[in-house]
Amino acid sequence: MIVKREHSTDMSAAIDIRGLRKVYRMGVERVHALRGVDLTINRNEFVAIMGPSGSGKSTLMNVLGCLDRPTAGTYRLNGKPVQKMGASELAGVRNIEIGFVFQTFELLPRADALRNVMLPLLYSKHGWFGARRSAKRALERVGLADRMNHKPNQLSGGQRQRVAVARALVTNPSILLADEPTGNLDSTTSEEIIALFHNLHSEGQTIVVVTHEEDIAGHAERIVRLHDGRVKSDLPTVRDPIHRAWIERTAEKMQDLSEVVTRKPEGVTP
Amino acid sequence: MIFVRMFLQTVVLALGQIWANKARAMLTSLGIIIGVGSVTAVIAGLTGLKDYVLTEFETFGAKTMFIDGTVPESMRNRINWRQVQLTIPEIQAIAEHSPAVARITPRYYNSYTIRNGELAKEGVLVTGIWPDWHEIQDRRVILGREFNRIDEEEMRYVCIVNDEAIAELNLDRDPVGDHILIGDLRFLIVGVVETKQLSPMFGGGDVRSEIFTPLSTSMKIDSGLHIRDAFAQMSDPKLADEAQAQIRFVLRQMRGLEPGEEDTFIIFATQQAIDQFNGIAAGMTAVAGGIVSISLLVGGIGIMNIMLVSVSERTREIGLRKAVGARPAIILMQFLVEAVTLCTIGGLIGLVIGQSLTLLLQNMPDTPLEHASIPPWAIGLAFAFSASVGVIFGMFPAIKAARLDPIEALRHE
Repeated sequence: MIVKREHSTDMSAAIDIRGLRKVYRMGVERVHALRGVDLTINRNEFVAIMGPSGSGKSTLMNVLGCLDRPTAGTYRLNGKPVQKMGASELAGVRNIEIGFVFQTFELLPRADALRNVMLPLLYSKHGWFGARRSAKRALERVGLADRMNHKPNQLSGGQRQRVAVARALVTNPSILLADEPTGNLDSTTSEEIIALFHNLHSEGQTIVVVTHEEDIAGHAERIVRLHDGRVKSDLPTVRDPIHRAWIERTAEKMQDLSEVVTRKPEGVTP
Repeated sequence: MIFVRMFLQTVVLALGQIWANKARAMLTSLGIIIGVGSVTAVIAGLTGLKDYVLTEFETFGAKTMFIDGTVPESMRNRINWRQVQLTIPEIQAIAEHSPAVARITPRYYNSYTIRNGELAKEGVLVTGIWPDWHEIQDRRVILGREFNRIDEEEMRYVCIVNDEAIAELNLDRDPVGDHILIGDLRFLIVGVVETKQLSPMFGGGDVRSEIFTPLSTSMKIDSGLHIRDAFAQMSDPKLADEAQAQIRFVLRQMRGLEPGEEDTFIIFATQQAIDQFNGIAAGMTAVAGGIVSISLLVGGIGIMNIMLVSVSERTREIGLRKAVGARPAIILMQFLVEAVTLCTIGGLIGLVIGQSLTLLLQNMPDTPLEHASIPPWAIGLAFAFSASVGVIFGMFPAIKAARLDPIEALRHE
């Protein structure tokens, strides 16, 4: 079941990146954010992109989301080369092909949930007709059918993020891109959002999550680890050594914790 | 189709944005409001003044010209006023040799004591005229008959009175056929003309008794040699310049004026005065326009300032809109439409204020501005100006918004 990804230019892949480089100019200095990344993400995959800060995962995310153009290399999104597109064309691609979920939700404060979800359809050529219906359906999918007319400040953090997910889904994008989607949420609500992602994935949605939390990454099928602008490892979650180590550590910790809890009544700890 | 939809969408968005910041929007467009309000009021006032003056000219007669002798400055010590008075042969020559002049009448006037039985009235103005006077001055008789050529040629002792004279001299309500004494001569009243009130602009004062006699008769009883002045009527108001040139040519010929010598007469054409007044009014309108463009400039800078604030306040929102697929052109349009809408609303409020000021002008006592009103072109211009201020001063902030990098914008605090 192991697919050799390095040299196959799979036209049916959702994302196909070859030799991607991104250089920022900071004054006279040149910052190499990406130093040649190859990556293929197939349809219906649930991929986590991980890495320490400065590893280039944000840059990769921006390029994947067509918010930024690479300095060199090719990027085929559903077979279409997007690396040479202008700002206006890229906006069209973002509108149709990509759904964004941000760490800070980015909802319009004065608009209710329904209007927030309708936003991408306002900029779409065809989606505008029946925008309200599509937005309702998207809110139903994320379980907020009864909160459509609530403003963001009347919603909890988890509900806000679910509105943001509904907004990302409303145009039926080929890829759902989430940048630290649980970064601003407590553990319980995080579980809620992750469960939602699970559901969407089981319905056939391609999902790419950028995160630094191993427990979030654990829900993905595959973990891509970046280091210093390069792909350090790209393995199915179950075979990822770092992740397995983390699971073992967590299990031990849980054991210790349960021991502490069971010994607690004796009052050993000073 | 998509463009129209996007446009309407942005208009709705802009109105929502303005509604959300009502107080700010109001203060921002104050410059535009004051500019449009004051200039429309000024134009309304000018329009009212123009209407008043033109009505006055119309009363005098748009086709009428006034001719009189005058001593030019350079000849003050050589000739006196008697030498430059118009003469009958001169008037006849004008009638004969000026094709643009349709009718002409000299006037001769003097004051007499008028008697009707026991009643005597001193210092009543008696004017000698030719029969064409009725047509030139548009003063037809309301009773009896007008003068004719036989009255003139036979120097008949006939007269026409106005209704004020009937009242003052205690005449019959239909005095035609009665007699009055002018000086000590007996005149038959043949007609009655209405009193026509001229404004002070044309030397009309209080309504007074007027008595008219044939010119030849009045010159005979006074043995005067010179007539006082003359009224001419051109065949078409457009011929004012031609008529004036022709009269001038005839008079210079008759008076043997050398080239370089100044005219010893003046010719005043109503149409020329109207043109002059129109020129002055246009000048005043231009000055008002200059003032308003300054206030619109100031207003426009206010708009630009608030739009820049709006762009930086909404940087994250712009970033989000871009991230979900708003093209730069749409963002540009959104902010441009907002600026234009702001200005247009300002223009609208300005017009309402201008209209209120106009109503105030109309009802101001002792001013001839009853007909002050904002002409349609001024309304159109006010809107066009406000909208272009919106486009011009909204362009820079809108471009700034459209050029925002979505990644940077989303990181903006």
